[in-house]
Amino acid sequence: MALVSALLEIRDASKAFGGVQAVTRVSLEAHKGEILSVIGPNGAGKTTVLNMISGFYHPDTGRVVLEGRDVTELAPSRIAELGIARTFQNIALFRGMTVLDNLLLGRHVHMKTGVLGAFAYWGFAQKEEVAHRKRVEDIIDFLGIQDLRRRPTGSLAYGLQKRVELGRALALDPKILLLDEPMGGCNHEEKEDMARFVLDVNEEWGVTVILIEHDMGVVMDISDRVAVLDMGQKIADGTPDEVRANPRVIKAYLGETKTNAPGGASG
Amino acid sequence: MAESTLARLLQRNARDLRGRPAIREKDRGIWQTWTWGQYHDEVRDFALGLAALGFKRGERLSVIGDNRPRLYWAQVAAQCLGGVPVPVYQDSIAKELAFVWNHAECSVIVAEDQEQVDKVLGLRAELSALRLVVYDDSRGMLHYKHDWLRSYQSVQELGREFAAKHPGYFEAEVEKGKPEDVAIICYTSGTTGNPKGVMLTHANAIAIAEAFCKADDVRPEDDALAYLPMAWAGDAAYTLFLSLVVGFCSNCPESPETVQRDLRELGPTTVLAPPRIWENMLTGIQVKAADAPALKRWVFETFRAVAERAEILRADGKPIPLLLRLACMVGNVLVYTPIRDQLGLRRAKWALTGGAPLGPDTFRFFRSIGVNLKQVYGSTETTGLVSLQPSDEANPTTAGRPCPGIEVKIAERGEVLVRGPVIFKGYLKNDEATREVIDPDGWFRTGDAGFVDPRGHLVIIDRAKDVGALQDGTPFAPQFIENKLKYSPFIREAVAFGNERAFVTAMIAIDQNTVGNWAERRGIPYTSYMDLSQKPEICDLIREEIRKGNETLPESTRIRRFLLLTKDLEADDAEMTRTRKVRRRFVAEKYAPVIDAFYSGGHAVELATMITYEDGRQATLNSRVNVEDVEAKAAARV
Repeated sequence: MALVSALLEIRDASKAFGGVQAVTRVSLEAHKGEILSVIGPNGAGKTTVLNMISGFYHPDTGRVVLEGRDVTELAPSRIAELGIARTFQNIALFRGMTVLDNLLLGRHVHMKTGVLGAFAYWGFAQKEEVAHRKRVEDIIDFLGIQDLRRRPTGSLAYGLQKRVELGRALALDPKILLLDEPMGGCNHEEKEDMARFVLDVNEEWGVTVILIEHDMGVVMDISDRVAVLDMGQKIADGTPDEVRANPRVIKAYLGETKTNAPGGASG
Repeated sequence: MAESTLARLLQRNARDLRGRPAIREKDRGIWQTWTWGQYHDEVRDFALGLAALGFKRGERLSVIGDNRPRLYWAQVAAQCLGGVPVPVYQDSIAKELAFVWNHAECSVIVAEDQEQVDKVLGLRAELSALRLVVYDDSRGMLHYKHDWLRSYQSVQELGREFAAKHPGYFEAEVEKGKPEDVAIICYTSGTTGNPKGVMLTHANAIAIAEAFCKADDVRPEDDALAYLPMAWAGDAAYTLFLSLVVGFCSNCPESPETVQRDLRELGPTTVLAPPRIWENMLTGIQVKAADAPALKRWVFETFRAVAERAEILRADGKPIPLLLRLACMVGNVLVYTPIRDQLGLRRAKWALTGGAPLGPDTFRFFRSIGVNLKQVYGSTETTGLVSLQPSDEANPTTAGRPCPGIEVKIAERGEVLVRGPVIFKGYLKNDEATREVIDPDGWFRTGDAGFVDPRGHLVIIDRAKDVGALQDGTPFAPQFIENKLKYSPFIREAVAFGNERAFVTAMIAIDQNTVGNWAERRGIPYTSYMDLSQKPEICDLIREEIRKGNETLPESTRIRRFLLLTKDLEADDAEMTRTRKVRRRFVAEKYAPVIDAFYSGGHAVELATMITYEDGRQATLNSRVNVEDVEAKAAARV
């Protein structure tokens, strides 16, 4: 897989907020068709990396390159148009709008009809609307939320909102899907469902996935590759097995092993 | 009727009703329609695909999943080739599935999706006859690579290739079909022992549809919702037999969760639903009414009372006063029609309830708002139908008049016997059991105790073998008593004891939804079903419900003591059948300590209940449960 040129590349990116160095010279590569997980303790800079990819932040130094094109300074809306979709750690849906409307909104970047055309709703505008609705219905079917179409998203259970958010990102028809803790706060069953969706999106739709997740079990199960961040720096990058065995990773997660200390560091 | 098999009926429909809708499925939010011409072609392609894969006459094909057009087509395709479909309940646990598939020697299983395919995969080593698994939905199936696993489309493609090489093959196979061939095997969950495979012939299937057509109004323009389990004979009779004979359109909902909404969108002209669904609909309306603003609530309650008064008079055949009639007309505009519309019953010419008794209050409610709700009675062995209430004789207590061509008589001990063309051919590989229930004259023993009332309606009391007597000789029909209890919205299940005992007692499983809702409204906190069931407030609530039920029972058969179970009765725990009938003998054994406590005067009992998870794992639940007296104070004084 290393031979394949990267779909997305982050080169030596750094980002500081005031005096806090959130990310220091991190380089990452995501290859076409893989699931890349970014893990690390709280405050390691994972979300900052994601935000730099999606254009929310621009790195102080370093570059973000998508399919050979420098996208470092592009606005989030442009990045979305180029095929990078994301979900948020704290769910960012329009709570008062229905599931269907939220998903249709996800197709916004693909909509070409102007205000007047949409108003007339005739000819191209209508055809386009139907095509978008069809795509959204595919996603609804994929996620198994047929019964929720007309429900305002704010009234849904947390796990279902996460699912709808994934749907909204998928509505963009992304090449790359950035998922920021899609299983955070979910119960066991919801996690399993979500893991299934991520795998299916990756395998059947060929979408490259960059995943931030805390649940190690899930990460190790579904990722092709795992990158580990600690204190804003990348400390490991490799297959799940390699990463699991990496002493620096163990140290970052469990702390320094103290010999003969009662209770050890296993807690 | 000239056509003597379902396959020939399909050909007739494709010819005479070619452009009319045959089946719909809601997919991607839209009702997709297949005409009879398309239905026929889909079935033919799949059938020929099966033929190309070596499917022979008499072979058995099983389907598992939700109601999907393709799963119905697969069944009809098997019938066209002289094979036999064996639909199974998708919520069955693995052991039960393995039993049915092995017993019926199913060589082909058509599964709806990955979830169902996984069930088959898990059992594959045990299924010796199985050689082909076909899936409908290809989602998640990318990595399933086996030569015995195929997609539905690929089978149909094979069928089209096969057709090119073997012109006329399909028609020739259909031609070979005979009315006495087995058309379907429906497994009865059976309240005792393993399920039995009920073999229904093409002649049975057509007889049932014709009997029904004579008793009620069905036309090719009708619409029906196909949402009940396909393994249930009732669904087969409705969606396969009746639909093929009459040519009406069956509609498959989008998913089990969307049934209510789909029902409303569709507004079918005929509705078949078990009591549970009617009860849920009524509860839904009541909850909505309770949450409505005061004025709306007042309008609803007022006109509901009006409608009920009118309905009671109507049922008794008494004249309805002018003022009441006027009030009903106003109510029809303000309340009844909007409710019928909300429920998707606005276009329904008739609606049937069957499988279990429906509470008189619920029954009366639907009739009073203008739903032509009627009771129907039948069993798998009678192809789903024995008797039906004519529209102007609908009432909550009887099972209706025997349909044309079906004879009913009452044997000694009150057992209902049925004879006619709808009686099944026999149990698969179980001639002994068949001989036990069909006598040489062709009378089928339903196992139900009942009588025929002066009007000519059949009335069912209980399972014949369950009817016993109290110590003083008073006849004791447990189901009769349980039904009185189950009419309460708070009681989900009840099991009554009393045979050869001094008095009647009952174990009760509360309804988590309604009781939970009741508790929430009163600010009673609870964590789980178990916790909720043992709250003293809930105990008092149920005691009051039992008292209400007792009022309608004769003094000697009133319930004296009861207990609230810490878990619902479950088919997975073998306490009930898949169609939710109590397996009485099994329950009596399992809960023997409870029964002892009932009659030894104990006030609490240690319950160690075995529960079975959906994947077949088991766990034991220990709890201490109070035994309560219905008339607690009176008992204390004694």
